[in-house]
Amino acid sequence: MELEKFSYDNKIVKAFFIATVIFGLVGMLVGLTAAIQLFYPVFNFDLQYTTFGRIRPLHTNAIIFAFVGNAMFGGVYYSTQRLLKARMFSDALSWVHFWGWQLIILAAAISLPLGMTTAKEYAELEWPIDIAITIIWVVFAINIIGTLIKRRERHMYVAIWFYLATIVTVAVLHIVNSIEIPVTLFKSYSWYAGVQDALVQWWYGHNAVAFFLTTPFLGLMYYYLPKAANRPVYSYKLSIIHFWSLIFIYIWAGPHHLLYSALPDWAQSLGTVFSIMLIAPSWGGMLNGLMTLRGAWDRVREDPVLKFMVVAVTAYGMATLEGPLLSLKNLNAIAHFTDWIVAHVHVGGLGWNGFLTFGILYWIIPKMWGTKLYSTKLANLHFWLGTLGIIFYALPMYVSGVVQSLMWKEFNPEGFLVYKNFLETTVQILPLHMLRATGGGLYLTGAIIMTYNLLKTAGAGKFIANEPAEAAPLSATPAKQGGGWHHQILENKPVLFTVLSLVAILIGGIVEMVPTFLIKSNVPTIASVKPYTPLELHGRDIYIREGCFNCHSQMIRPFRSETERYGEYSKAGEYVYDHPFLWGSKRTGPDLHRTSGKYSNTWHYNHMLAPDAVSTGSIMPPYPWLFEQSIDKSLTAGKIRALRTVGVPYEEGYEQNANADLDQQASEITASLKADGVEVAPETEIVALIAYLQRLGKDIKADKVASK
Amino acid sequence: MYNNVLQGINHVAIWPVISFIIFFLFFLILLWWVFTADRNMIERMRQMPFDEASPDHTPNNPEA
Repeated sequence: MELEKFSYDNKIVKAFFIATVIFGLVGMLVGLTAAIQLFYPVFNFDLQYTTFGRIRPLHTNAIIFAFVGNAMFGGVYYSTQRLLKARMFSDALSWVHFWGWQLIILAAAISLPLGMTTAKEYAELEWPIDIAITIIWVVFAINIIGTLIKRRERHMYVAIWFYLATIVTVAVLHIVNSIEIPVTLFKSYSWYAGVQDALVQWWYGHNAVAFFLTTPFLGLMYYYLPKAANRPVYSYKLSIIHFWSLIFIYIWAGPHHLLYSALPDWAQSLGTVFSIMLIAPSWGGMLNGLMTLRGAWDRVREDPVLKFMVVAVTAYGMATLEGPLLSLKNLNAIAHFTDWIVAHVHVGGLGWNGFLTFGILYWIIPKMWGTKLYSTKLANLHFWLGTLGIIFYALPMYVSGVVQSLMWKEFNPEGFLVYKNFLETTVQILPLHMLRATGGGLYLTGAIIMTYNLLKTAGAGKFIANEPAEAAPLSATPAKQGGGWHHQILENKPVLFTVLSLVAILIGGIVEMVPTFLIKSNVPTIASVKPYTPLELHGRDIYIREGCFNCHSQMIRPFRSETERYGEYSKAGEYVYDHPFLWGSKRTGPDLHRTSGKYSNTWHYNHMLAPDAVSTGSIMPPYPWLFEQSIDKSLTAGKIRALRTVGVPYEEGYEQNANADLDQQASEITASLKADGVEVAPETEIVALIAYLQRLGKDIKADKVASK
Repeated sequence: MYNNVLQGINHVAIWPVISFIIFFLFFLILLWWVFTADRNMIERMRQMPFDEASPDHTPNNPEA
């Protein structure tokens, strides 16, 4: 049998891992800043580009797509070549992928602080960047599938399965969730409205966690954990069951992000049931990873690589048990909108993604530079700083979440809310937020030490850009017929395999979404709900630009504690003109869905200028630029047209009169402000924002008045 | 933007039943597939990360 000589491309792996380290440090630093802003609002720097509402999406995007994303690509490129015994399909495509992805990150780093956002969590980037992501993702897919076609190994190892499922599913999720109608080059509206938008977004959001943060990293676990432990995975059969049941079940669970919301009840229940079922494959995978180390636990004591991986897999197990439990309605009622969820995602992010990435880095850098790790001591120090960091992060957030929830829900014997003022619950948890920032600081310090250690390691070795290899071509090794036809189908035919994965993930999404989209009774219409006026529309876009939804929900759940505090619970029919929906997922501040008429225009004016002066102790940053900048009335017509295209019933030709209506409404607001001694020009942004805030819940209140 | 093709969801109970049946069948087929798999092939797959095809070191096979 003749062996073909070829080489593995380590250069592309190196590039991706360098990007991981750099963006990891940046993303964590931004996260730490955001954490500090929540107890020292001065760290918002009074600049519009650095307020929490814009910094928070920058942090999540940097960590998910830049830190974890680059780690995924580096890890995939290294392992795929070796598992398929082939160099990547095309070096050129590899580099287009690398630089394309870094440019997307750069575009995100510029556009998010500028306030260009779609308001959809983890999908905030505007439409031109969405298109770029699609193109680069296709490049990645072609490169991987091309490598599969020219592979010299007939069978596909389970890690490759996880990579393929990732590629297919992320493509579907990204495209479906990003369908939007452009207004300008940097502004678009979601194609979907209200409840449908929420369902699509959380189908995406949930599965972005599943297929961007979980499945590729499980693939990495199945490759790097056995490599680092130098023993094969505990049970390969279990890994097969793990793979198929995980990708099949995961896709159904999205609605658990919307429990007690205006989403139809049957969809909520479906989400809960499949979430509970998800425990089985997740724990199967975790146990498979941990059991791989059986008989090697003595090495875990000494080897920092294994230490990081063990904590990573354990964190995966904890987060995937907690997730399903949080999707039980009774627990969700307590935890949703609180810091509990922040703790939950950081056990996953810091523990699972972060620690697995660190473990891989400590293993792969010495290997690619043909040397030993510079300092095991420093790596161990990093391990302990990181572990303490996770504990100091998660524990205070769990306590904070429970404290928040109990305070929000506490009634006195007379039946009134004990903490009627939301601010009391905010001030109470500030010390816990300080502890959390300490945890984040420890974790970041560990990552800085790692960077130094890895640089020293690389400096001591010599980088092997092209690692020589030799293997027989596929044509020289005929497929053995053992195992029966049904086994040949899956492991030998990557394209068929990919299609089957696609079918598996599509079933869940279709069953959930088709009824919500097609059945009228799922979104009961409310006659008094009308489209936004042009001024309110501008105000809403400012609300989106400033990222208000990062701290304020617009979803009052049907609990007495919430209807007492905020007013009537939210109905699906109220959101039919909301492109995008702005339900929010966290209450750092109070819900705003019934804000209309609660405060005077002047109150809002003063509050946006100096929140702390109006509500003593408030941690909301001031928004002085809203009082200097003016809305661009030339955009009004485009906004109206775009919204009409996606189904908002503005009359044909209304865009011509829209600005007249806008001026009229603005002058009413400025007149009322003037009566209180506040002089402001009618086209100032604050006027539009006040108009929007005074609209929230107005339709429902009007409905009540009319029916009386 | 979307049409209300169906007017109601009178038989909503059928959805969870369909979901359950789809998953149950899927899972049965999966188990059948796994447990009828050829043992040698499974073992070979399990060892794949250790066959790097590098000429400078022989493929290590830790449990062999």
